[in-house]
Amino acid sequence: MKRWLPWTIAGALLVALPFVYNAPYPLHIMVVILIWSFAYTSWSIMGRFGLVSLGHGGFMGIGAYVTALLWNHAGMSPWLSIPMALLASATIAILVAYPCFRFRITGHYFALVTLALSGIVLQVITATRDHTGGSLGYTPERHQGGSSIYALQFIDKETWYLIALGVWAAGIVIWYRVERSMMRYALEAISEDEDAAAAAGVHVTWEKLKVTVLSAMMTALAGALYCQYQMFISPDTVSGISISLQMVFAVVVGGIYVSLGPTIGAIITILLAEVLRISFGTAAVGYDNLVYGVLLVLFIIFLPKGILGGLMEARARPQAATAAQPKASRA
Amino acid sequence: MLAVTDLSKQFGGFTAVDRVSFTVGKGEILGLIGPNGSGKSTIFNMISGTLTPSGGAIAFEGREIGGLAPHRVTNRGIGRTFQIPRPFRRLSILDNVILAGFYGQGRHSKKAAQAAAEQALDLVGLPHDPHAKVDGLGAAGLKKLELAKALATAPKLLLADESLGGLDEHEMNQAADMLKRIRRETGITIIWVEHIMGVLMRVVDRVMVLDHGEKIAEGPPSHVARDPRVIEVYLGTDTQAADAAQTRIA
Ligand SMILES: Nc1ncnc2c1ncn2[C@@H]1O[C@H](COP(=O)(O)OP(=O)(O)OP(=O)(O)O)[C@@H](O)[C@H]1O
Ligand SMILES: [Mg+2]
Repeated sequence: MKRWLPWTIAGALLVALPFVYNAPYPLHIMVVILIWSFAYTSWSIMGRFGLVSLGHGGFMGIGAYVTALLWNHAGMSPWLSIPMALLASATIAILVAYPCFRFRITGHYFALVTLALSGIVLQVITATRDHTGGSLGYTPERHQGGSSIYALQFIDKETWYLIALGVWAAGIVIWYRVERSMMRYALEAISEDEDAAAAAGVHVTWEKLKVTVLSAMMTALAGALYCQYQMFISPDTVSGISISLQMVFAVVVGGIYVSLGPTIGAIITILLAEVLRISFGTAAVGYDNLVYGVLLVLFIIFLPKGILGGLMEARARPQAATAAQPKASRA
Repeated sequence: MLAVTDLSKQFGGFTAVDRVSFTVGKGEILGLIGPNGSGKSTIFNMISGTLTPSGGAIAFEGREIGGLAPHRVTNRGIGRTFQIPRPFRRLSILDNVILAGFYGQGRHSKKAAQAAAEQALDLVGLPHDPHAKVDGLGAAGLKKLELAKALATAPKLLLADESLGGLDEHEMNQAADMLKRIRRETGITIIWVEHIMGVLMRVVDRVMVLDHGEKIAEGPPSHVARDPRVIEVYLGTDTQAADAAQTRIA
């Protein structure tokens, strides 16, 4: 019971926030942070097991574009088109990942194959520019009545904040569900030694495929939400290689093995991008990628568990040391 | 229970296992010995599905299992250890074995897996402290963990690739006694691989000797140890072990 108390208080504070303090710009930044936090959490669900995908920009793009295109061209409500986008993303995930897993393409090679997926999705969006607007971007049509649940369009930021908060929280819950499941045991084992895992009875391909599809669908949902919230998508903002790299960067910086690591990563990357944008304006376009790249290398070398992971480890260390002491004195 | 017929494995042009046939009866301990590189582990890898045979058949309980995926072989009831222990270092010792208990027995419940894991750890003599880490284990401990993982899958047939390198005389004897005890308490069938004759000869019911991928002898330990071809192979490679085996049998 006691363990839940801090979570309940934190949750209540987060929900109450827009009603107490609702300056539009900070609220906007928070919605964006929540959506990206969810996307990064989705990536980390598989990334933490050494399944480093550079294709998640592609899944995000599928989520965003399928939803927007079905709305504009078929008048399909996002309530229907989002599930279809998730399904499309799951299908692509299986098409790409199954052969990789079946033929044991792992590590860097897996990253490279998935990188190609990001590139392909980007190419498809640009090549079909007559329908998708290409690199100029794409806008879902505004629903006539302004805010509408049917169209999943809301003028006010409070509603979006609550939606994003709910989805983000669901992402964290899924993270914990995976953490406590037997699937985690299997995936940890697989990440170390596939043969030994198989000898223990684990269906290696199936376990990897499950987590990949879960992660891809969550990422597509993040893309769809981003589209509905921003009402503007472009290949640069929701798909492609740079978005994929940004996911890796944010998760590594925040902490790949902890539940809130991706969220910390989102806060840092988005604030960094905002600061760069405000202080340098359009002159800084692309700088954030440069800064990300340099920081990524530094983090992988010096703080591989990320900021949150590193902090938690530092906090746990004195405890572990005292716990180990009696054992040491006995020996 | 297990019938292997004309099993072969080629790596490129090199024949690691050459038309080997043997059977194992229920409840038996079969020793499989041979010098380094004679094909023992390769035979295990083919039975357990890690490698696909180049030729021949493997029937387990009357059904062909050659070429089956390794996890399916495990689920059919064949557990194996790896010669060089392959623990999952990111999981605790207990979780290593729970994993095997869960996935090895067809994913029933975590509770059942936990019970199977504790039983397996008891059998090999490792504690079930949920926090104990793999990194705290020495060579003997890692071998025990490897065995516990295999046992937790509730095998009917255990393939123990023991090759007790890295263990001292005392630990080797302990390991031999452990296998004996496991058979006594669980009634499972065991194929035990070893490259020196040593302690193995005390424990097994029957022994089969490989050399360069071919079966050169098979029979009761005392019989095989006197076989001229076996003595030749062992004098050529591992004199000490052959001597030790001779004196122990005599
Ligand atoms: N995956 C592989 N690719 C190529 N050659 C292999 C492979 N696995 C084994 N070999 C070769 O096959 C032969 C038999 O190897 P195996 O591991 O079965 O020997 P072993 O009897 O288990 O030896 P040891 O007593 O040293 O464990 C060796 O010459 C080895 O080099
Ligand atoms: Mg071997």
